[in-house]
Amino acid sequence: MAQRTTTSQRSTEAPFVRPGSPEDAALPARRANERDDLMPGIEPERTLTDWGRSERMEGLLDRTVADFLYKHWFRVEVEGIENVPSQGGALLVANHAGALPPDAPMIVKAIKEEHPHPRPVHLTMEHFFKGYPGFAMLLPKIGGVPAHPANVHRLLHDEQALVQVMPEGRKGTEKLYKDRYRLRRFGRGGFVEAAMRARAPIVPIAMIGPEEAAPIFAHVKALQRLTRLIYFPITPTFPHFGFAGMLGYLPAKFKIRFLPPVATDRWGERPWEDKGLVQTVSEEIRALIQAHVFEMVARRENVWFG
Amino acid sequence: MTPGDSRRILITGLSTYWGGRLAQQLEQDPAYEVIVGVDNHDPTLELERTEFVRISNQHSLIRRIVHAAEIDTVIDTRLVVDSAWTSARLAHENNVIGTMNILAACGGASSPVRKFVFKSSAHFYGAERDDPAFFTEEMDRPHPPSTPIERDIVEAEGSVRDFAQRHREKSVTILRFANGLGPDLRTSHSQLFSLPVVPTILGFDPRYQFIHEDDIVGCLEHAVRTDMPGTYNGAADGVLALSEVIGLLGKPMAPVLPPWGTSAVAGPLNRLGLRIPVEMLNQLRYGRGVDNRRLKAAGYRYRYTTRETVIRFREHLRLAPLMRSAREPYRYEREVEEFLRWSPSVRRGGEATGPWRPSPRQAADLHKALTPVGRSPGADRSGEPPAHGASGFDYDDLEASELVALLPSLERADLQTLYRHEHAGRRRREVLSEIDRLLAPSGR
Repeated sequence: MAQRTTTSQRSTEAPFVRPGSPEDAALPARRANERDDLMPGIEPERTLTDWGRSERMEGLLDRTVADFLYKHWFRVEVEGIENVPSQGGALLVANHAGALPPDAPMIVKAIKEEHPHPRPVHLTMEHFFKGYPGFAMLLPKIGGVPAHPANVHRLLHDEQALVQVMPEGRKGTEKLYKDRYRLRRFGRGGFVEAAMRARAPIVPIAMIGPEEAAPIFAHVKALQRLTRLIYFPITPTFPHFGFAGMLGYLPAKFKIRFLPPVATDRWGERPWEDKGLVQTVSEEIRALIQAHVFEMVARRENVWFG
Repeated sequence: MTPGDSRRILITGLSTYWGGRLAQQLEQDPAYEVIVGVDNHDPTLELERTEFVRISNQHSLIRRIVHAAEIDTVIDTRLVVDSAWTSARLAHENNVIGTMNILAACGGASSPVRKFVFKSSAHFYGAERDDPAFFTEEMDRPHPPSTPIERDIVEAEGSVRDFAQRHREKSVTILRFANGLGPDLRTSHSQLFSLPVVPTILGFDPRYQFIHEDDIVGCLEHAVRTDMPGTYNGAADGVLALSEVIGLLGKPMAPVLPPWGTSAVAGPLNRLGLRIPVEMLNQLRYGRGVDNRRLKAAGYRYRYTTRETVIRFREHLRLAPLMRSAREPYRYEREVEEFLRWSPSVRRGGEATGPWRPSPRQAADLHKALTPVGRSPGADRSGEPPAHGASGFDYDDLEASELVALLPSLERADLQTLYRHEHAGRRRREVLSEIDRLLAPSGR
């Protein structure tokens, strides 16, 4: 049963609410969309979703690697899981760090473990990964979706799914150890625009631990050009232990704090056209996450034991 | 223009697989009085009453046919979307110059054409790294087209859109189809999937969406039958990963094409007989999905999902070796076709088994006989003399069973006039009750 979570939940737990129906009043106002019931049906014989997500592979990784990392290696501590809505689309926005960032899978695992109503999360990734052999094959299988605004909109609005986005992007993951926990610019606010269009709430997430788990000491430009990767980092285990060294995380203690959702449907009819508003909201969310990250780091007694 | 107003059809590209299939489909409905097909080589599928005129894409000739036959609906099925089957120069000639000529033939103030349906391809969107997972109709490709066939398709569609803007009174439909797949269809993809081992690019597992050949014909027919101006994606529900497709076909997957320098390897393979055109290489790397909801909202229901399409194709692949010699390929012989269509010696509708049904040709004749009765003379748009017996038929001579078979193809207004006429005249019970039955259900 665990393998079929994505599809069964899409049909039962996130019903498309008709405007004017009683449950409509309880949820954030959503534009009536006559295309909702034209979404492709679900074929139970398939093992992949239309996004290329494989519940089999996801389940396998979840039971093995993710489970071990979550419970024993990073000993993840979670606060405020109730802030993740149990139905409807929502955009999870977190800070980003680590050479091969362990933060995104740990947030997914946290929702799976702690949430009373767990749902699969789609992870937005750079388009670069769709064009790089290996990543292109693997990442969609475990829930990766290229960070195109149309993709985010379809997931949030049409499929009422959870989407995770790291607005810092590679600027966050490639920053050096000495710059740890200082959040980079939040892109151009595209994530706020996407949430506004889908009228989905934003759930900010502050997270500590990944910076110490996968620190980057330096970048090697020449090797980056040779391998055509987005960056070629020097970490405690990479490159001298080969590509597997990318997964050689140090056992830092992880803490994840889900913050109360920010509604995006309270600024009138077409708020995304106001670029100033989009930038302001984006900056406010960045500042909020930054403040919580600093507070969590300040309270931390020990990098390894929390 | 109201739906169902298409009566006199011109199919350009009749000899392409799509033109032939569409003509076969439309022939079955006597509501289409006239079906004319043009192309520059002979039809490849057997047709019953479609009239074939062999011409090249010269607009003056097409224009004469359009005016002479009072064509109201033109369906353009000519577009070449697979560069493996022809040279880039011929494809450009056909796709860009040909489309321009056909549009020129349909334009003009005096043109009888009221509807234009253009069969296009999802290659319009290309297949790139920066694509969205599902293209909707109003999206543009992220980068300008880089392969010749995609450039042609974008250019051809551009001229169709221009045409639509200049002729706002005409209903112009563009259908962008995903990769077609089916037993009778020959494409680069079906060739690839027919290999014992399917080569793929190492490290990539692109998303693929197909549409069954019957659904392509169905979509085209739907566009003729209903009025749906605008652009529509035609693709089956469900996007599969290539590994899933190959798994469904029951074949091993061989990631033998290198991720870098893929086209350098594809070149020599080309010479060995495995044709992988450039636009297909992009698809094998990045894949493509389109949003098919607009066409569903316009009332079309797909018969197959992508998965079912692939399963049908697998069944075909397994049967193909057994069937290879069973079917004689059809060859067009002008004299035979003309004899069958026009000679008075040919008995049409022949041996009656079960309830009598008019052959399409007879039905067309009967329609002519009914026209003076059913329509007021002023509304008679084909300009026939309103007198009886123009085509050797007279309404009152028709058998009741013949009439009953014919009634469903008439419009409401005609039925009502006919009812009054029958009521005043011979008062045949079967005819009157059948008209009643047809008029009753919609009750609008």
